Amino acid sequence: MLNAVLAAFVLAFAAPLVARHMPRQVGTIAALLPAGIFVWLLNQAEMALGPGVVERWPWSPLPGVALTFRLDGLSLLMALIISGVGALILFYAGAYMHGQAQAGRLYALLLAFMASMLGLVLADNLIALFVFWELTSITSFLLIGWHFQEERSRAAALQALIVTGGGGLALLAGFVLIGLVGGTWEIAELSAQAGTLQDSVVYLPILLLLWLGAASKSAQFPFHFWLPGAMVAPTPVSAYLHSATMVKAGVYLLARLSPALGGTSEWSLLFMVTGLVTLLLGGWLSLKQNDMKRMLAYSTVSSLGLLVTLLGLGTKLATEAAALYLLAHALFKGALFMVAGAIDHATGTRDLRRLRGLAGALPTSALAAGLAGLSMAGLPLLAGFAAKEFIYEAALFSGGGVWILTLLLLAGNVAFVVVAQQMTLRIFAGASLSFESFHAPAIPLWLAALVPGALGLALGLLPDVTATLAGAAARAIYGAPVTIHLFVLPGSVTPMLLLSALTIAAGILLYRRRVQLEPWLNWLDQGARLGPEGAFQRLVEGLPHFAARVTALQQNGRLRSYVLWIVGTWLLLLGLTWALRGGPGLPANLLVRLSDLRFHELILVLVILAGLASVMLANTLMTLIVSLGVVGIGTAIVFILFGAPDLAMTQFSIETLGVILFVLVLYRLPGVVRLSPRRTVLRDSILTGLAGAVITLMILIITDLPLVSPLKTWFAGASEPLGHGHNVVNVILVDFRAIDTLGEITVLGIAAIGIFALLKLRPGRKVAEGKDGP
Amino acid sequence: MEVALAIVIGALYAAGLYMMLRRSMVKLIAGLVLLGYASNLLIFVVSRLTRARPPLVPEGAQGIAEPFADPVPQALILTAIVIGFGLQAFALVLVRRAYQAVNNDDLDQVTASDRPDLQQ
Repeated sequence: MLNAVLAAFVLAFAAPLVARHMPRQVGTIAALLPAGIFVWLLNQAEMALGPGVVERWPWSPLPGVALTFRLDGLSLLMALIISGVGALILFYAGAYMHGQAQAGRLYALLLAFMASMLGLVLADNLIALFVFWELTSITSFLLIGWHFQEERSRAAALQALIVTGGGGLALLAGFVLIGLVGGTWEIAELSAQAGTLQDSVVYLPILLLLWLGAASKSAQFPFHFWLPGAMVAPTPVSAYLHSATMVKAGVYLLARLSPALGGTSEWSLLFMVTGLVTLLLGGWLSLKQNDMKRMLAYSTVSSLGLLVTLLGLGTKLATEAAALYLLAHALFKGALFMVAGAIDHATGTRDLRRLRGLAGALPTSALAAGLAGLSMAGLPLLAGFAAKEFIYEAALFSGGGVWILTLLLLAGNVAFVVVAQQMTLRIFAGASLSFESFHAPAIPLWLAALVPGALGLALGLLPDVTATLAGAAARAIYGAPVTIHLFVLPGSVTPMLLLSALTIAAGILLYRRRVQLEPWLNWLDQGARLGPEGAFQRLVEGLPHFAARVTALQQNGRLRSYVLWIVGTWLLLLGLTWALRGGPGLPANLLVRLSDLRFHELILVLVILAGLASVMLANTLMTLIVSLGVVGIGTAIVFILFGAPDLAMTQFSIETLGVILFVLVLYRLPGVVRLSPRRTVLRDSILTGLAGAVITLMILIITDLPLVSPLKTWFAGASEPLGHGHNVVNVILVDFRAIDTLGEITVLGIAAIGIFALLKLRPGRKVAEGKDGP
Repeated sequence: MEVALAIVIGALYAAGLYMMLRRSMVKLIAGLVLLGYASNLLIFVVSRLTRARPPLVPEGAQGIAEPFADPVPQALILTAIVIGFGLQAFALVLVRRAYQAVNNDDLDQVTASDRPDLQQ
C-alpha cells in the first residue's frame, strides 16, 4: 500500500515531463497508474473483505508514530472510488486540458492529490492520517487556484485553504487529545477501547475538535461556503476533489472513528443536527443556481450533509445506507460533473438558462447524464435507488423523532430529484439552440462520464456485488458484522418504496413549477449575506488592517520606539514574574558589605556619577565628549584598583582614540539639542530609572551568592606550563581563546571597511561615474 | 565596593537607555558608549572584586596563590572594550553621514531605512 501511495507521488513529479514530450497521450498515460491501483485493489478485495490487510512501517517510534496502512471494507470502498474515479478523471483531463499551458502541472497535482487521498483512507495511524489530510488540503488549494492569474481563483483557493487548514489545526488538537487519553495513535487499537475514550472528561472537547475538522473539510454548515467557491477550478478538479473524493474525507473520518467515538447521544446530536441543516441548506441553495457547476456543488454539500446525518444516527441501517450512498454518489456526481465539463467545452457556457436541446448534438453525454441523473433521483434498477430505500428505512427505524427525521430527509431528497432533472431534461430535451462556437467533444470527454453512469446501472443490476462492497464498509463503520440484502426490483410495496415514489413525484412537481418558486428562493436569499461567508469575508478583510495597525505600533522605523518596546517588555515580564511567583528582595547584609568601601573608592564612585550627570545635562558637544571621557577614565581606574591592569591600559587608549575620533568629525556633527516634550522625558526617566534599579538589585543579589569558578583556577595553573606566559589574561587572549581574538580583529576590520564605505562612497556618484562605480 | 559599583552600573544602564531614547543623534551615540561601560563593569563586578591582585604568575612559579583577580572575565571585557570602540567609531561616522545626507538631527525624521516606500 505504501508502494501505491509512493508510486503516485513519484509519477506526479514525472507528469510534467511526460506532458512536455507527449502532450496528446499524457492523460491516458497518467490514468494507467490509478487504473493499475484499481486492479490491484480488486485483487486484494478478498483479503480486505475478510480479515483485512495491514502494513506497518515504523516512522518515528518514540512517540508511537508509524505509517500503518489498513485495507478493510471501508478503506477498500474509498480507495476503489479514489483510484477508479481518478483514472477516469486523468483520462478525461487529457482531452479537457489539451492545448492549455502548463497542463503538465495539473496532472502532477492531480496525481499528488490522489496519492495523498489514498494515504488518507489507507492510514490506520492518526498522525499519518493527519499528514495525508493536510496534504489533500494543500493540493486542493493549488488546484482551486489553478487560474492563478485571476483574482477570483486566488481568493477562492485561499478561502478553501483557510477554512480546511483551520479545521485541520483543530483536528490535530483533537487527535492529540485522543492519543493522550487512549495512549496510542493506532486507530485499530483505539477502536478496541471506545469505553476509555467515551468516559474521559475530554470526550466532549475531542468531539468538538473532530467536528471542526470534519465539518470544514466536508463543507458542512457553517463552513459550506468554500465548496461552491472552489468551482473556479477546472472541471476535472471539481469532479474529482470537490465531489467524489476530498470532500468525503470528513465523512470518511467520522466513519473511521465511529467505532471509537460514536454511539453516544452527544455524537448523534452534534452530527445529525449539522448534517440535517447542511442537507436542507445545500438542497435549497442548489435549486436557485443557474451555473451548472455551482448547482452541482451545492447539491454535493447537501449530499455530504446526508452522509453526516446518517453517520450521526449511527444505527446499523444508517451505516448501511451511508455506505451505499457513498458509493452511488461518487459515481453519479462524478459523471454529472464530467458531463457539465463536456458541455462547457462544447458550447462555451455553463449557464442553465442558455442551454437546451443538446441531446441531438451530444447524444453520448446525454446518455451518461441520463444514467447518472436516474441514479441521483433514485429510480429503480440503479445504485441510487437502493441507497434511498435504505436511507428511508434507517429513518423509519431510528427510534425517536421518526416523522421529523423522515420528513427532513424527504425534503433533502426532493432537491436531489430537481437537480437531476435540471442536469438531464432541462439541458438535453426540447428544441436545440444554436451555438456560435460549437465543437464536438473528444472521446474521453463523454466516455469518462459514461463509465461511472453505466457503473451505477451495473451496480443496480448486480445487487450481490453492491451488497458485498457496501456491507464490508458498513461493517468497518458499525464495528460489528453487517449483511446487506439487496434486490434488483422491489418485491413488495413497503413504506420505503412509497416514500421513494413520493420523493420523485414531489421532485417532478417542484421542477415543473420552478418559475413560480423563484421569488421565494430569492426572498430567502437575503439572509445568506449575513451568514458565515459574510463573517469569513469580514475576517479576511479585517486581518490585514489589524496587522497594519500592530506593525505601525511596533515597527515604525524609529529606533527609540524599538528600545522602548524592548525595555518595556523586559520590565513587564520581570515585574509579572516577580508579582506572581515572588522573588528575592534586597539582601539583608547591605550595610555590612558597604562598610568595606574605602575613601578613595568613594571619591572615584562620586566622580563617575558626576561625569554621568554631566553627560545627561550637557548642552554642547564639547561638554558631552569631555563628560563621557570622565566616565570612561573612571571605569579604567576601577579596573586598575581591582587587579585588571590590562583592561585599564586598553580603556585608557580607547578613551584617547575615542576623543580624537570625536574631535575629527566634531564640526560635521549635529549639536546637542533638546527635542522631546516634557511628558516624554518624564516617561523615559521613569522607565529607564526602573530598568537601572532592576540591574542594581540583580547585581546585589548575584554578588551575595557564593561563587565557584573552576575556570579561574584552571587558567591560573595552566597559563605558565601550557602557554609559557606569566600574564594569564594575555595567554587566554592569544593562546587559549585565540580564535575569539581573531573574530574580534575581524569585527574591527569589518567596522573599518564600513567606515571607509560611509566616508568615501556616495550613492549619487555611482550614477555619475557610470559602470565603473563601486 | 561591590554595593557602590552596583549602584554605579544601575545608573550607567539607566542613563545609557535614557540617552538612546532621545531624538538627538549625538545623544544616541553617547547612550551606546554608556551601555558599553555599563556592560563591561557588570561582567567585572559579578565575577567578584579582588583588590590589587592582578592574575600574573610570579617569575619561576607555576601558578598564582589566592587571592587574585579572575582572569576569565578580564579576557572577555578586553575583547568587549575593543569591539565597543569599533561600534562607537562606526556609529559616529554613520551619524555624520546621515546628518550630511538628510540635514536633520531629529531621529524621528529619519525612518526611511525601515520604510522602503519613503526612500525616494
